[in-house]
Parts: sequence; C-alpha cells; structure tokens
Amino acid sequence: MATEETKKRVCCAEAGRWGQDVRSDLHVALEPRDRGGVEITLESRVSLYYGDSIRGQTCQVLESLGVRHVKISIHDEGALPFVIAARIETAVKRAGLGNEIKSLPEKVALSAPSRRDRLRRSRLYLPGSEPKYFINAGLHGPDAIILDLEDSVHPAEKDSARILVRNALRAVEFGACERMVRINQLPLGLQDLAEVIPESPDVVLIPKVEHPGQVAEVDRMIGELKTRSGINRPIWIMPIVESALGIENAFAIASVSSNVCAITIGLEDYTADLGVVKTSDGRESFYARAKLVNAARAAGVQAIDSVFSDVGDMDGLRRWGENSRAMGFEGMGCLHPAQIRVIHETFAPSPAEIDKALKIVAAFEEAQQKGLAVVSLGSKMIDPPVVERARNLVARANQMGKA
Amino acid sequence: MTDRIELVQNAAGRMVPALANGKPQIPYLGVGQYEPHGRKAAPPVRSSKDYPENGDKRVADLEAALRNCGLRDGMVISNHHHLRDGDSVALMALQAAARIGVKDLMWFPSASFPSQKGAIELMEAGTIHHIEGSMNGPLGEYATQGKMRGMGVLRSHGGRWQAIQDGEVHIDVAVIAAPTADAFGNADGSHGKSACGSLGFALADSIYADRVIVVTDHLVAFPCIPWQIQGNHVDFVVEVPSIGDPAKIVSGTTQITRSPDRLRIAEFVACFLRDAGIMRDGFSFQAGAGGIALAFVDYLRRLMKESGVKARFVRGGSTKYLVELLQEGLTDYILDGQTFDLDGVKSIAGDPRHVATSPFTSYNYHGKGNFASMVDAVVLGATEVDVNFNANVVTHSDGRLLHGIGGWQNCLAAKCTILAVPSFRDRIPVIVDEVTTLTGPGELIDVVATERGIAINPRRQDLIDALKGSNLPIRPIQDIKAEVERICGGKPARPKLGDRPVAVVKWVDGTVLDAVWQIG
Repeated sequence: MATEETKKRVCCAEAGRWGQDVRSDLHVALEPRDRGGVEITLESRVSLYYGDSIRGQTCQVLESLGVRHVKISIHDEGALPFVIAARIETAVKRAGLGNEIKSLPEKVALSAPSRRDRLRRSRLYLPGSEPKYFINAGLHGPDAIILDLEDSVHPAEKDSARILVRNALRAVEFGACERMVRINQLPLGLQDLAEVIPESPDVVLIPKVEHPGQVAEVDRMIGELKTRSGINRPIWIMPIVESALGIENAFAIASVSSNVCAITIGLEDYTADLGVVKTSDGRESFYARAKLVNAARAAGVQAIDSVFSDVGDMDGLRRWGENSRAMGFEGMGCLHPAQIRVIHETFAPSPAEIDKALKIVAAFEEAQQKGLAVVSLGSKMIDPPVVERARNLVARANQMGKA
Repeated sequence: MTDRIELVQNAAGRMVPALANGKPQIPYLGVGQYEPHGRKAAPPVRSSKDYPENGDKRVADLEAALRNCGLRDGMVISNHHHLRDGDSVALMALQAAARIGVKDLMWFPSASFPSQKGAIELMEAGTIHHIEGSMNGPLGEYATQGKMRGMGVLRSHGGRWQAIQDGEVHIDVAVIAAPTADAFGNADGSHGKSACGSLGFALADSIYADRVIVVTDHLVAFPCIPWQIQGNHVDFVVEVPSIGDPAKIVSGTTQITRSPDRLRIAEFVACFLRDAGIMRDGFSFQAGAGGIALAFVDYLRRLMKESGVKARFVRGGSTKYLVELLQEGLTDYILDGQTFDLDGVKSIAGDPRHVATSPFTSYNYHGKGNFASMVDAVVLGATEVDVNFNANVVTHSDGRLLHGIGGWQNCLAAKCTILAVPSFRDRIPVIVDEVTTLTGPGELIDVVATERGIAINPRRQDLIDALKGSNLPIRPIQDIKAEVERICGGKPARPKLGDRPVAVVKWVDGTVLDAVWQIG
C-alpha cells in the first residue's frame, strides 16, 4: 500500500440510511482524525435496550478495521448486528481506511451443499441494499433466495450492498433455501465475486449473458477464489439471458461449464431488446422461452423462467406458471413472498399426473420382475421414454413432498 | 402527589399502590379469587313531573346543559369513545366545563385518543384533575412523565362497567355523543352523517350516571329507531353542527396487512384453529381490527369454506371481513362491540343478524356470566409476552403508556386465547423473561403465534395433544425466545423504571394487577 497516497485519500464518509420510514438499517457518518481515539454519537430507536451493545460493537468493528481515531455518528433504526457491522465497514472503506481488511460478523452454520439438480421452483429476489427483507426471507419457504447486487441496487451503493450481502451470507439463517447471489455484469461483477465467494453462496447468477465466454470467465474466477478461500463445496452458476443475441447463444452458454446448473431468462430486458411490449401471456417471448428450454435440455441443465412482476395478480401468476411448466421450465423467480405458494402449486405435478406416473412405474417394475420386454398398462403399450418421464415425475413429486 | 405512596405486593408478585386517588385498592388476588359483595350502585330516583311532558329535552348548548346538571368542582364527567380519533364531543364538553369555571374534574372516558390532547391544557389549567381511562399518544406521555395530578386508572371495557356498576366510580355527568337522536334522548349510533355503529360503551354511563346529556348532530323526530340509548335515562339533549370528523370515526376500508411476516402469523393462527379442532360447525371466535387479525379472518374464511364449516357467532369489532362472513352465510350472527369501517356500519344498520352488544353483555365480570367466556377462540395482540405466557398490552417495553386495555383482558376468558405477535419489532424481542407491565395473567393465555413458530402454554396439554399431527411449527416458547435473541444480538437490556406509580392497571374484577411507573 502506498501510504502517502492512502493518507491523502482519507476523508469523511457516510453509509446506510436512516429516517422515519427506514427499518432495520442505520446511517453511519465517519470523521477520521489524527488523535483523540474513538468518539461515538448514537441515536437509536432501540437505544434503551441495545445502546450499550451498539457502542460495544462499533468499537470492536472499528478496531478490527484498524481505525483508532475517529468521530462516528450513528442513527440506528433497529438494525441487526450484521447490518451494523456492514454499514460501519462501508463508511470506513469510503473514508479510505481499513483497506483490504474485513470485519466479519459471527458465522451461522451452513446448510448442506446444494445439488446441481435440486428443486428450483421459486427463487425470491431480495434487493441487496435492503436488510429488512433478509432476515425473515427464509421463513417463507422459497426454494432459493437471491441476494441481488445488480438492478435493485443503485450504482452509488454497489460497494455498500456488496459488504452487506457478504455479511448476510455469513450471519443470516436462510433455512433450507439455496443461497444465490446475482452479481453485476463484468467487470464490476468480479469485485462482487471477490467479496461473496469466500462466504460460499450456493449459486451465482450472472446477468445479461450473451456469450459463453462471459460464463467461462466467471467460472474461472469462482474456481480461483474457492481455492484461495479453501472452499470445497460446489458453487453453481446460473446465467441470465436477457437479449436476442443471448437467446441465440443459449446452448453454448448453458453448456460452457459443468458448473452451470440452470439457465434463465430476464424478460424485461429481452422485450426491451426486441422493442416489443411485455404482456401477461408472454406471446412476444414464446420463441425465446421455447428456445431456452430446448437449449437447457440439450445442455443437461434446468430451464428457469423469468419473474411475474404484478405481485397483486395471483390469477395471472398462476396462468403464467402453468404455461411455463407446460413449456418445460422447472421454476421461476418471485418478487414477493406471497408468490411462492402459487408458484410451488403450479410447478407441482397434479395428483392425476402423479397417480398415472406411479402406475406406469409400477407396471414397468412388474414387467422387469417378470422379465418382460414390453411394458403395458391396461391395454396400452408403454414406450421406454414414457417410463423415463414417469420416473422423473415421481422423483420430482417426491422432492416436493407430493408423491 | 409528593407523598410517598404505600406499595403492596399482589398475588402476581407485582408491587402496586395501596391507594389510588384517595381510594383504597385491593391488590390482585389471582384469577377468580376476589369475592365481590354488596349491592349495585344506582342513580337517584327521578320523577316525570320534572321533565317536559312533550318529551322535548333540548337545551341551547352544552354549557347550559352542564349548568343544568349542576356540574361542580371535583365531579366525574364521562364520555364514550365510539367516535374514536374523530370525536369532538368530549373536548367540547370539557371545554364548556372550563368556561363554567369548574375545577378538578375527573374525566372518565371509555378510552382517549391522540386527537384529545387538548385535555392536557385542561389538566394544566386545573379543570381536569386526572383521567381514569386508557391514555396513549400525547396523553399517555403526559401521564407517564408523572405530570398528571391524580393517578391514572386503566380498566378493561368490562372492568369499566364493573367499576361503574359496583359503585367504585360514580359518574356525576355523562355526555354521550350520538350520531342520531330524538329530542327525548333516544339515541342510535348506526345512522347519521357521523355514524359509528354500536353505542355500547355509553350504555353504563346512561344507566348509572346522576345526569345524562345526549349530544347529536342528527336530530330526528321522535321516535329515534332503533334506540341503543334509552331516552328515559337522559336529562338533556344538545344539538350541535358536528359531533366529529366522519373520516376519523370509521375508516373507509380496513386494510389487511401486506407484510409477509404478519400474513404468515395470521395464516398460522387460522390453521391452528382448524388443526386444533376448534374450527367446527357452530363454533365462535373473536378477532380485532389490527392488520394480523383482519388477515386471520380472511384466512379462516377460506378454511371454513374448504371444510364447509359455519360459525354460530363471531364477535366484533366488526369490519368488512366479518361482514363478508355474515353475508356469505359463514356465520349466523355478528355480536358487535364496536364498528370499525363503513361496511360494518352499513351492516349493523341494515342487517338484523348484526347485533350491537355492550360491555355488560360481553365483558362484565361482576355479572351472571358474560359472552367472552363462551367464545371458542380469540385472537389478540400484545407488546410483550413472557416465558410464562404473561402478557403486556398497555405499555411499550420501555414502560411508556401505549394502548388502552380495551376488551383485551375480558377476552382472555375465551376457551382458547391466542396472541398473534411478531417475534421481534425493530430488533426488540417480543418474548421476554418478564413483562414490563402485567396486563394479562399467563394462566389465561394459551397460545403465542409468531412468524417463527407457535408456542402452546404447557398448561394446555389438551391443545398440545390436539396439535400432535399438525404441520404447524409448534415450538416451546423458550426455543423461539432463544432464536430471536440470537438474531437480535443478545438479550435486550432492561429499561429502568421510576419508583413512583403514575397509573394502576386493574384486573377485570377491580383488583390491582400492576402499576405504571413514572419515566423521565
């Protein structure tokens, strides 16, 4: 580190938000100085209960970042410790201090590593700069949560969200959910990876992918970072295709690495690229979605649909989801926890489908036992692909707890 | 109030004042332990010869009416709160009393609202000595800071009836805001531009007060039908241009919560009633008008339809969600204590199956039974609940007055009492080691439902058994508490309360359950 230059860049800095409408966040204003130690001013709606705890944590975070002399003013709106640590660290870094040092919150136990073909019916988007949505997200039971660093985060807050998301990956219990992070487009996304990969997200979503090379680069970077941090559990990749070119290259993108677990589509950007209006029945994106499903199948990965953005329209969501499943998608995104249940219902096989599949599987097993080459159910002959599909359906239904 | 107030320990282990506003208090003895005695209070005998034969009891204005009632220093003046934050009549009456020049009144509203903060000036000026009734917002702040000359007395709706009926509080003058009335004093709440639905909270005042004034902005020719308040109890009728702001009396529409966490709690509670076997043909329930309670009704309605189950009655606070149950034939009756929205008001005015009730029928503990204990399940809120299921509803966890007790304490008599609460608010855990202000004894609270799981009171082995096969996340209360403390970064520090009581919290039988202490 060029100490001369670092010293020059030291300045006052702020991070986070406060105000009447802000919940579970805090605002930190930092004024570095040459002597005088740490001076804390704290206003908090929970100061009676956690004032001492916040002061103590502030000192500890500053110390771990090597900051000895500073005036720090905190407006706290009931933020949890992992948020407090993230906001202070952001302010410290914005002030030009604490370079290359992290102040990591206590780590909760990780859930089991994610399987490449696990159930991915629903993935709940959480804006990476809104900590209030993080803490209970897992309770609502989506198959995955996505901590988003891309479109839901203002360009000026990328650094702040990156640290907050990193802390959330360490400190927040997301239950049985797969933990996904949507990084920014490269090259900004590389900084995101450096921050989050050491905390073992299960899946990295790469936005606006048009060429397989973009995925390969991220894949390589993840590999390096995993080695450096000693991580040996899988971190899967889910490219998001959001343009006409991306759709045309979908198979190459999906098959570029064995770490790709699924491929998905972003319809807002895709329809904008086409210059068409996005409708609730998705006529305009039928080709793109069908092509994506085909590419995914050919590459042996899951095809996952976009989000349904009208969070108040549950009937529309249901229609979309049913159509989506019929096209071959295995899941879709959600913007609100209320969408999760409808999505799980629409992506589940119906009792009649399960029943039929169970009968086919039973008939197949019976034929196997009897050494028969031909499987039949009633008067109908059953072809091998039909048996295969029935077995897959029963397996999926089992994962969903339906069969 | 500079004298030291003698404190005694009650059966709940709480230190409470032995005296409140000069009256000796009985410390809480335990649920069902206090034996009342004596006869009910009664107003003086009156004669028709002193009232106009033509039935026209109108006087020019409130000031004249109060003079005619003989309002004097130190008297008790009462109001009801059916007009909620839109009420103009209470302050109108108190200000008229100030103009007459009387001092040291005890104001005895069935509840107070933030828009009545003008009462603070009247306390400062000496017109009001103290308030016995719920205080929140600015009035709560004033009382908690120890600025009120007398001691606040917080009672449940049923407890207020009990106190009036038992003669513990004698009302000298009751001023009753009436959305519709005739000149004889018959009054109704469900019609008129300021319609508020039921007038049940004013019923005790009309029966037991020495003098009764009805104030209306919608005078109709005799007879005012229906009459929720009987003119035979009424001394004077005053016509005014407006008794309140309709927009604040009832909400246009009551809104279900949109918070996914709160919706989750509401759904848990509805499923709990189903899985516990409480939701069955002919059952009954009560839920308030808070966001979680409304969502609960909506979920329960779906479950009732799914299972083809019908309720015999539901208890309001009515809202459009209860009204929909009635209209869809999912309940035979709404027994309504207060009416929260326009749909509720319309329904109570037009549907004979939507019936106005009073604290006497619903809640009064010193009666020959009441409806509350017949309700199968009630869903309530709370600011804090402890590991023994004791709950606080009147103060913030820092000890400042927050809510009135309302019907909350009375509802604890239901066969299954469920507190539906988030597990923490703003980093402050709701489940604590000990509640700041004890408002409800844990032995009456059966279930605490949070977004992280549902805790059943170990005293209710029957419910624990009934829920054995359920998919609901049933967890020990200590378990939920520990998880929340882990998330919140440790146990919260206990706020320091003052050592001077500023209010007492009465139990439903008139004994003192706890005290509220001066802060700041």
